[in-house]
Amino acid sequence: MTTIHQFENDFQDKIDQEAKIEPKDWMPDAYRKTNLRQISQHAHSEVVGMLPEGNWITRAPSLKRKAILIAKVQDEAGHGLYLYCAAETLGQSREQMIDDLLSGKAKYSSIFNYPTLTWADMGAIGWLVDGAAILNQVMLCRTSYGPYARAMVRICKEESFHQRQGFETLLVLSKGTAAQKEMCQDAINRWWWPSLMMFGPKDSESTNSDQSMKWKIKRKSNDELRQNFVDMIAEQIKLLGMTLPDPHLKWNEQKKSYDFGEINWEEFWNVVKGNGPCNKERIDARIKAHEQGAWVREAALAYAEKKNKIKTVSAA
Amino acid sequence: MQQINFILSLADANLILSQRNAEWCGHGPVLEQDIAITNITLDLLGQARNFYQYAASLVNQSGNMPGNIATEDSLAYRRTEREFKNILLCELPKGDWAQTVLRQFFYSVFCKGLYTQLLQGQDAQLSAIAEKSLKEVLYHVRWSGEWVMRLGDGTAESNQRMKQALQFLWPYTGEMFMPAGFENNEIDLASIKKQWLSQVRSILEEATLQLPAGNIFMQSGGKKGIHTEHMGFLLAEMQYLQRMYPDANW
Amino acid sequence: MNHQFIKKLYYGDIPDEPGSGAAYIAKADTAAWPLWEVFIRSKRGLDHKHAGSLKAADATMAIENARDVYTRRQEGVSIWVVESKNIHASNPDDAESFFDPAEDKVYRHPSFYELPDEVKHM
Ligand SMILES: [Fe+2]
Ligand SMILES: [Fe+2]
Repeated sequence: MTTIHQFENDFQDKIDQEAKIEPKDWMPDAYRKTNLRQISQHAHSEVVGMLPEGNWITRAPSLKRKAILIAKVQDEAGHGLYLYCAAETLGQSREQMIDDLLSGKAKYSSIFNYPTLTWADMGAIGWLVDGAAILNQVMLCRTSYGPYARAMVRICKEESFHQRQGFETLLVLSKGTAAQKEMCQDAINRWWWPSLMMFGPKDSESTNSDQSMKWKIKRKSNDELRQNFVDMIAEQIKLLGMTLPDPHLKWNEQKKSYDFGEINWEEFWNVVKGNGPCNKERIDARIKAHEQGAWVREAALAYAEKKNKIKTVSAA
Repeated sequence: MQQINFILSLADANLILSQRNAEWCGHGPVLEQDIAITNITLDLLGQARNFYQYAASLVNQSGNMPGNIATEDSLAYRRTEREFKNILLCELPKGDWAQTVLRQFFYSVFCKGLYTQLLQGQDAQLSAIAEKSLKEVLYHVRWSGEWVMRLGDGTAESNQRMKQALQFLWPYTGEMFMPAGFENNEIDLASIKKQWLSQVRSILEEATLQLPAGNIFMQSGGKKGIHTEHMGFLLAEMQYLQRMYPDANW
Repeated sequence: MNHQFIKKLYYGDIPDEPGSGAAYIAKADTAAWPLWEVFIRSKRGLDHKHAGSLKAADATMAIENARDVYTRRQEGVSIWVVESKNIHASNPDDAESFFDPAEDKVYRHPSFYELPDEVKHM
């Protein structure tokens, strides 16, 4: 028993000294599980997150916008890929993770269960959803598990273009025709609250100590990150000449940050539970891609094995 | 005008195929290949834009559309089915992975031959676009050719699917080599066809597939704006915002 | 409410509420492609550096996938791939006996030697 205890102490020491944990290092089982869960949920979110924006690729209103949107959605596939690989270093196969997603066992970010109804949604997602994700991901660049941190560094480099292109999309709309302005405001209205929900329940909702903070998997609380986000967006929206759909949003001189209204937690929990507008469509789309891709994956493997055999024979 | 139509036919073919391939984004058989096909989609879209921009500059110089400035977007989004000059092959539905990679292979091998000739042509702008595009096309040939071999010589199911794709697509290959009247005499479609056939034959052989035998009737019409029924739906989707908000900038 | 104990909800702590009840029958993918490690030379004159991993059915595909996944922003001029199972690694348990002994061999470093200022570049 003393040995395990010793291992745990050494492990925590490493973390306290800001040393990264690498795949072959000893780690508490719960640390492995927590990371696996977090990284795979993150990976699933990237991949499912391709769908709402992917919807608009064939309808993008100009060739330039089409190219930007395709490149952006493709980046998200890359993010999913980097993260699945990072999670695999913890001992679970990508195939298993995908199975868990498709069977409904593993979760992804609820934000992607909202529909994309107009072109302006492409701007709002880039600006608000990627913007919210970036705050989280910048923090995760310093997470304690090495492969996760390295994946996040790569991802953050790519993400900076996502938020900018989103904002710029809205900026053009905000200076456009009356119909475009209306489209722009409507998208902001619909995506604002779900974006705030992305940061999760309030810190005060919790009763237990947070192991993730102690292990430095996470470094900021939900409320801290959400406040950073509100402060950032409340300033940027002025440049768009649009408004955020919150009558309680107000600068608080005392705390040097914005006050804002109460999130509709009932909606939040319902979307998490699968009652969001698009939960079923999203998972169905992933199942379809996975199942219809099975024969392709099998064929590639069979071909590789055949060629390998031929090589071994000729080498012998 | 002849030259403009020729350039438009190249732009249209690339755009329409890119539009089709884009349907895979987020739905590919495995993440790595989702990313791969999307790279090709982006290459084709980039090539289309280069051709459209050049065509637009020629249209504007010709003064044929007074008061109406042509742009890449006006050409892509404001023309009708009957004005599009892409070959039919490009507008066919994406089908399964077999159909997608085989079509890409047929098309890319054709572009390889065509761009190689454009490279040596008199039109400096066109040869510059061809030079840049050719690098991308060579990779597309490689990628799609390997997939044709993998699927043809993979499992019984993949072989069967390749056979079906071959049977379906083959009648649309002839149009690539049929002159439409707007090609200038620098382009030798017959020699492109010869090279095309030889490369296609050798890859299909590697893939344990056979070139369809006999005198198969070839579909055509795309270059003249007589399209399949798929085309109207494709354009309706692609052009919807520009049609709905004709006075908007995006 | 069974969500009361959850504090964080962003990636990682999205609770396991019964989901949209997908009609999916989980089956371990029989055609899983092997994992490869990717090394990229970012420009001429530099070493190949580990860039990440990916799945591919064979080496040819692994190189192409690496090109498509890891060099979309001109990150490389050359690619190496090796199937992950072929990598042999040192054991972290050996780290002390492997790497600590180098710690006190300061005389291996040029800064260990103090030379008169007159010797400018050495
Ligand atoms: Fe992402
Ligand atoms: Fe993103």
